[in-house]
Amino acid sequence: MQNDEIINKINQLLVDEIEIDANKINPAADLKKDLEIDSLDFVDLFVIIERNFGVKMKAEEMTEIKSLQDFYNYIIKRVSSN
Amino acid sequence: MNRVVITGMGIYSVLGKNLADVKDSLYHGKSGIILDHKRKELGFRSALTGMVERPVLKGVLDRRMRVGMPVQGEYAYMATLEALRNAGIDQDFLNRNEVGILYGNDSSALPVVESVDILRKEKDTMLIGSGYIFQSMNSTVSMNLSVIFRLRGINFTVSGACASGSHAIGIGYLLIKDGLQDMIICGGAQEINPESTASFDALNAFSLRESEPAKASRPFDRDRDGLVPSGGAASIIIESYESAKKRGANILAEVAGYGFSSNGEHISLPNIDGPARAMQQSLKAAGMSSAEIDYINAHATSTPAGDGNEAQAIFQVFGKDMPLVSSTKSMTGHEMWMGGASEIVYSTLMMNNNFIAPNINFENPDPATECLNLATVMTPHEINAFLSNSFGFGGTNSSLIVRKASF
Repeated sequence: MQNDEIINKINQLLVDEIEIDANKINPAADLKKDLEIDSLDFVDLFVIIERNFGVKMKAEEMTEIKSLQDFYNYIIKRVSSN
Repeated sequence: MNRVVITGMGIYSVLGKNLADVKDSLYHGKSGIILDHKRKELGFRSALTGMVERPVLKGVLDRRMRVGMPVQGEYAYMATLEALRNAGIDQDFLNRNEVGILYGNDSSALPVVESVDILRKEKDTMLIGSGYIFQSMNSTVSMNLSVIFRLRGINFTVSGACASGSHAIGIGYLLIKDGLQDMIICGGAQEINPESTASFDALNAFSLRESEPAKASRPFDRDRDGLVPSGGAASIIIESYESAKKRGANILAEVAGYGFSSNGEHISLPNIDGPARAMQQSLKAAGMSSAEIDYINAHATSTPAGDGNEAQAIFQVFGKDMPLVSSTKSMTGHEMWMGGASEIVYSTLMMNNNFIAPNINFENPDPATECLNLATVMTPHEINAFLSNSFGFGGTNSSLIVRKASF
């Protein structure tokens, strides 16, 4: 899977599954402050990421992930190492 | 002591998804029972069930509000929305006043099964997601609705088996009567799915009249052969008369008395003494005589032992003053945790529209039930006060008396 495909897929999942306003999606967006993804949403996001990318995330790994770009980078790295 | 009035009602039931449709079904004696073939494939003895379609709440409630709500929570949301509108209460009122919720619910089986299925398959709790914990708890309905409607008063679930909804109203009545709360959303909810009723089917308690679903639930009839599980949700808004008067509310009825008791005997077999004591206590609480009750909405679920014992208990309490009796479960099936609340809604609709809904499918009495004065067809009748019975496993009994509001 190409990086662009991964990014587009993540954006689509955030809009369709987490129901985030598509207009708020941009790489610099802060996941918590701008996209309003709370601790419970992250739990669902882990399930969605596993189902779509085969990547199992852990809550403790999220401490370093602040922006959407950080999140893209993390998933891209995990997908390429799989 | 405050007088306690009903100022709003809402219903999402196998008889209809709103008050107007349900009133029409009650009037015409329409059954809400179907055959669910999936249950047969799963190995149920009886595939009979009440059925109502699941509400579509996407676009109505945001994701966070939906994800923790099981199906009975969705039914309860719909019923509560109608009840609040019926009472003339908007979100602004709920924001400015301390309004509580007491809801009857005694299971949430499907999310428990689904979440454990995921765990067993995936061997990883992180793949269960965030919603199942909130869907799985018995308090799921009061938990979810209190957040959705931003309620700030009393907030818990009443689990009293098939009397849950009735006890919820009874407890709410006592709190308002004692001045501890001005307004409470009371109700009962019941999930409809095979997972929640499989172990009940195992007790041989369900009707096997699968060839005639609409005739399967036949309370008090000689040939009754068991109950039909059902579900949905019912909500009522109860408040002190002072609160209703202050906001100029339309008063639908008054909750006049609540009686309760426990049989102290068998876990599933009902008796006569317990229900009789609950009915007597409700009359005493209401300060009314048996002659002042114009209609009894019986608990009668269509089981041989339960209906017979209830008939005898009613006869013991009412004797020569026997009012007209019917069991709306003949149409709805047994709405279990919801039934005690929905039957207050059904009976109040009857009272305010001057009719008694028929106890459909009654053809012949048996020695235990022949003492009753049953409304077997829709009966035009002035009701000034009615009594509603609800009984449950463990021998829990609840009787509520509701009368026309006169102040």
